[in-house]
Order: sequence, then C-alpha cells, then structure tokens
Amino acid sequence: MNDLSVQFDGVSKRYPHFSLENIHLELPTGSIMGFIGANGAGKSTTIRILMGLVHQDEGSVRVLGHPMPADQAAAKLDIGFVSEDMRLYGAATLAWHMNFMRPIYPRWDQPYADKLAQRFDLKPQQKIKGLSHGQRVKAALLLALARRPRLLVLDEPTTGLDPVARVEVLGELMAALADEERTILFSSHNTLDVEQISDQITFIDRGRIIDSDDKEVFLDRWRRLRLMLPPDVLVPRLPGIVEVGGSGRLPVLTTNRFEPAMVSACNDLGATVQAIDTMTLEEIFVANVHSRRERLTA
Amino acid sequence: MHSNIIISQSDSRPMYLQIMEQVKQRVAVGEWAPGDEIPSIRQLAMALRVSVITIKRAYLELEREGVIVTQHGKGSIIAPDPELSSRLYDEEFSEHLEKVAKLGELLGLSSEEIARRTKEASNRLNEARLTKEIV
Repeated sequence: MNDLSVQFDGVSKRYPHFSLENIHLELPTGSIMGFIGANGAGKSTTIRILMGLVHQDEGSVRVLGHPMPADQAAAKLDIGFVSEDMRLYGAATLAWHMNFMRPIYPRWDQPYADKLAQRFDLKPQQKIKGLSHGQRVKAALLLALARRPRLLVLDEPTTGLDPVARVEVLGELMAALADEERTILFSSHNTLDVEQISDQITFIDRGRIIDSDDKEVFLDRWRRLRLMLPPDVLVPRLPGIVEVGGSGRLPVLTTNRFEPAMVSACNDLGATVQAIDTMTLEEIFVANVHSRRERLTA
Repeated sequence: MHSNIIISQSDSRPMYLQIMEQVKQRVAVGEWAPGDEIPSIRQLAMALRVSVITIKRAYLELEREGVIVTQHGKGSIIAPDPELSSRLYDEEFSEHLEKVAKLGELLGLSSEEIARRTKEASNRLNEARLTKEIV
C-alpha cells in the first residue's frame, strides 16, 4: 500500500493572469497538512486539481493511489471535500441531505452523523436556508465527515466561524484522525489554526510552493536573533539570513537555518547575542513571502 | 487517564515545551507516579487539539530525559524510577540557581555575595513563616 495519500509531481496549470508552476506536494497517510497562502496564491486551484475539478497542463497527480483526473470517480468515493463555494439545497433540511448521501456512500455512518449534529448544535429538521454561515459550514463538514472518507480536503474550513465553532470544528478534525488511516489537507489563511493542528505545513505564494516541511522542523529552524555590536563591527554573515532589521549597533537577524552553534559563531565575530526569539507561524509566513518577493524583484 | 494539560496561546514558548513542562510538574508533585500509564500520542493530540507531531516531539524529548518510557506498540508510562520526582525538583532547583548566578554576575556580585544573599532570602522565608505561626 502507498503511504502517501496525495502526491503532486511537477504539476503546472496556466491561466491568462495566473499560473501554478511546478508544484511538488507529498502528504503522508495519517497526517494533517495545513496549506497556507495569501488570497489568490493558488491554494484553491491546487485543491481543485487534487479533486480532478481542474485538469493540470503538466505533471502527475495521485490521490489515494488513483491517477488524477483520469481515475477521479473512484478516488472521490474516498474523499470528503468541503469548500466555501459548495452549495447545499436551501429548501431542503439537513436530514434530507443525510438521507440523500446515505445510499451513495457505502461507509456512511448514521450514528456518527447524529452525534456530530448534536456536537455542532445543528437541528436536522431545519431548512438549510435558515442557517447562519457558520451553521452551513458545520452542516457541510458533518456531511463530509459522516461518509468516513480516507481523505478530507477542506478549503478554508474555519473562515467565518465564531471562536466556539472553530474549536468544535478543529476538535472534530483531530478526532477524525484517531485511527491513523485517515488524512486531512486543509487550506487556511488563519495561521493559528494551522500551527495548532497540522503535522505538515506548506506555504504557497504566487502560484509556487515556497516552503514545505514537518511543522516541528519548520518552527525550529526559524529564529530571530537580537544582537549587540561593538562600534565598527559588521553584522556577522550567518547561514540562512532572510532579513536584517533593527538599528546599526542593535541589528535583528531573521534566519531560516537556525542552529545553537550560531551563538558562539556570533560571539567569535565580536557580537553579543542578546536574545533568540522563536517565531509564530504567521511571522514565519510573512518573512518567507517578503524575502522571496524581494529576491524576485531584485 | 484524563490529561487536563493546558496549552496557552499567549505563552511564546513552543507547544511541545509547554507539554513537557506540565508532564514533569505532574510527576514532580506525584500526580503521575512512576509506572503509571500516560495517554497515547494520538489520545493526547485529540484531547488537546494539537497535532500528533507536536505530542510526538514532546514524548521523544521526555523519553530522552528519562521521564517517560515508551514501549513500542504498548504506549508510554512514567519511568519506573522511585527517585524521579525528587530528581525533577532538583533539576528545576538547579535551573533557578543558574539564573540567580547569571543575574548576580550581571550585577557584578561576587560568588560570596550571591551566597550571602541566597542565605538571607532563605532566612527571610523562615522568619515570615515564624511570624505567621505566632499570629
């Protein structure tokens, strides 16, 4: 059995005003990947290619072992997909939707669906058009989860949810992974959600993947060093510096290849390391995007 | 076993360090005894709504420090070491002492002065306790 649930190899897609270039992506089975990008970075296009909704111009895509888009019908039986532009029938109730899905998906789990309705505080007899935005998102998520899919693909699942609903949704996503066979890919620009529940993190900007790694490695290799320099000493040249800020004698260096040995290296060059700050995923993302965009324009 | 570990969003330290610290505190105060079974990586991940990889990292480091023992396929237990609780307290004490030494050095205090001030602090603590008993 293939232990990668999603595999993109050299995937490109070109539109007149936007192109996705040479995307490589690997998502191991049993893990959660957070897919982070600014608006218009290419998150949704990538997800649509994954789902076979958009066909790539180049490269190969395999999802749960199926080549896409050729084998999409078979793959989709095992993928639960929720996106913002997905519409449920306004005039029908949530219960109607559940009855509609049940015969289509062999693994449909009605007791789990009932439990989710309770946890998400949804009334199955209520018509979809009477639901708030947050309730609609939760209803769509319920319909996807109760199918017990091997792969869940969620485009911005927490956008527009209130804090209580967000915690409920994140909790159910984690619970869905309990048996190690299931995999989740979710896109978000809420870096806090991604930082909390993801095992793997991928940054996308302007149609290219700019960084992708295991979350702990990711957070470990980015640091901000606050230095103090004696007069006439230059800022030390350290590996992986993406940004130099601060003032002349008190520079602040941002590195993406931090190692503890850097501190003694700085001391040897005459600089004092006053502090080593960890960075949040949001800070890392912004620094990453800025440094890459600067390099492109330079 | 219920975990009730709390991850703080406003704590700037990485989540795995917060988890390690709380496990150690639980062992130090004796809430988790040597040999006790602790939640599996996936159970704790779900309970805390934190990624599996973060819990894995915390457990790996705890194992390296000899606080827990992970048996393959069987889950993890608190290391069956009767001295564990006192060792963890002792390590915490050493950490604080090192901070004191460092701050003292920054203030230009000699090691004799640092020792004298430490003794004074401990005297003050005893006096405060005595006055409380009298009142």
